[in-house]
Amino acid sequence: MTGALDTLRTLRQSKEWTRRVQVVVIHGVLLIGAVIVLIPFLWMLSTSLKPPHQIRKFPPVWIPKPFVWSNYVRAVTIFPVPLWVFVHNSLLMSLFITIGTLMSNTIVAFAFARLRFPGSRILFLVVLSTMMLPGQVTMIPLFILFNKLGWIGTYKPLIVPAFFADAYDIFLMRQFYATIPQELDDAARIDGCGVLGLFFRIMLPLSKPALGIMAIFAFSWSWNYFLGPLIYLNRMETFPLAIALSYLRATYRVLWSELMVVSFIAMLPPLILFFIAQRSYIQGIVITGVKG
Amino acid sequence: MTVSTEVDQPRWDKRLRGSRLTQRKREAIWAYVLVSPWIIGFLAFTLGPMLASLGLSFFETDMLAAKFVGIENYRRLFSTDVTISLFWTALFNTAYYVSLSIPLTMGAGFCIALLLNQNISGQSSYRVIYYLPAVIPGIAVSLLWMWLFHPEFGIINWLLSLVGIAGPRWLFDRRTAKLALVIMSVWGAGGNMLIFLAGLQGIPTQLYEAVTIDGAGAWRRFIHITLPMITPTMLFLLVTNVIGSFQVFTSAYVMTQGGPANSTLMYVLYLYNVAFRQYRMGFASALAWVFFIIIMMLTILIFRSSSAWVYYETEIGGRRS
Repeated sequence: MTGALDTLRTLRQSKEWTRRVQVVVIHGVLLIGAVIVLIPFLWMLSTSLKPPHQIRKFPPVWIPKPFVWSNYVRAVTIFPVPLWVFVHNSLLMSLFITIGTLMSNTIVAFAFARLRFPGSRILFLVVLSTMMLPGQVTMIPLFILFNKLGWIGTYKPLIVPAFFADAYDIFLMRQFYATIPQELDDAARIDGCGVLGLFFRIMLPLSKPALGIMAIFAFSWSWNYFLGPLIYLNRMETFPLAIALSYLRATYRVLWSELMVVSFIAMLPPLILFFIAQRSYIQGIVITGVKG
Repeated sequence: MTVSTEVDQPRWDKRLRGSRLTQRKREAIWAYVLVSPWIIGFLAFTLGPMLASLGLSFFETDMLAAKFVGIENYRRLFSTDVTISLFWTALFNTAYYVSLSIPLTMGAGFCIALLLNQNISGQSSYRVIYYLPAVIPGIAVSLLWMWLFHPEFGIINWLLSLVGIAGPRWLFDRRTAKLALVIMSVWGAGGNMLIFLAGLQGIPTQLYEAVTIDGAGAWRRFIHITLPMITPTMLFLLVTNVIGSFQVFTSAYVMTQGGPANSTLMYVLYLYNVAFRQYRMGFASALAWVFFIIIMMLTILIFRSSSAWVYYETEIGGRRS
């Protein structure tokens, strides 16, 4: 009797013990992975604060001695144009693209989610199929078109299309609208609410979380946008930060400290947005499957 | 639900039916108005340009004029003479990159997601850390990794030297340059991890409970429940990853400019060079259309193959959100 209880107890203890070992092993593996992910960031910060003679040292020095904060000051003035001009350009471009994305996609997705009209299913299939379209197939005629319109060298080719909705955001918004109970619509309609009233009084106020997700995505995406500005902009004082950075790499002899300083500045806004709103950010990725 | 109300609509009330019809018509008109930004955008920025690039691909263009040349661009495109076309080089490089990068990024993402799914404390912190690389601009990632891959002063070769390996010259060696780009892409596997994790968390726990009662161990639970239930997520990620990584551009453009000896000339970089450095818009359009067809065929192939390996849980009650 007591023997049986004892074996039961030891069995339970050993089970608990294996679970504990398991947890430690999993944490160990995850921590190693996390260190691998973080090392490049630390290396970047370290490089950005090094005096010149410590940069080209092997084996590498991890902690700069002394901390050369003046690297940051020098990096800001390394371009023929002050760095804040690029930051300003990036901010302005991202802001307008975000506004356009929010305005157009909330409206279009509302029609797809809540209104019945002939052809809606086929149209929505077309929307989804454009997700699979590589942008390169439209790139060249668009360039020629924008060139004819005299838009090359301006931000119009980058901003204007954002006001005409896009498949990912339509999908994201539609998925969100679908979670708002249909009974609300019916009640609003019985109370004499028209289509626009339904949109502005019911749907829009209830979809603030989705608007937040969409705004964060649109902003980070346009802040990181590279190929478009590379094609359409040609004067340095109009460059966003990303293009300015590639220019720095191409033109000057490689100044690693300064390059790391500017890279760090370039990744700050999306990083900060991500840290502030990581919960909605991750939720948005899970809904649409958009990555990076 | 809506259908049944239509049928139940009292036939005799003509006035009501009439007003209902106009209301429905009004709704449809409103819907078209609200959808119109997308329709206009689709015609002006997608469908129109697509057809235009198809048309353009039959012309030879330079800065000044365009001349109709029929299928000449396509004939030249497929030429194996590298002085005429680098299509095969670019396609090979891209295929090399894609076929290494996708299994590695998806594999890494899946493994991390599996570990995170084990009811681990600090799950959200890990999630944030692993997703960090995907948040920052590609240009910054590229510059950072150029520095990490530096043959003399980079920390990757330093780490290799710690275990007694003389590191290669990475981006400066045609044998290792593509591999370097692949390694960099694995660092950004966080997006796959997040979606895998969501998929894993969507597997109903009753399934696990049921097989545990039947005496299945961890391995059999993984093989018989986790793996089949995650295949729809895998299909989705495979398709989006193929489309995404075929379009690799920023890293090749910034880190190597396609070199050394065209060993990292990726398809989109080649397309960019032809279009915006040589201004051969006709030839570039032909390149774009061939690219589009390659990606479309691959996508169709993956979807076709999916019936053999993707498990659809129609017969199981627990529906995922």
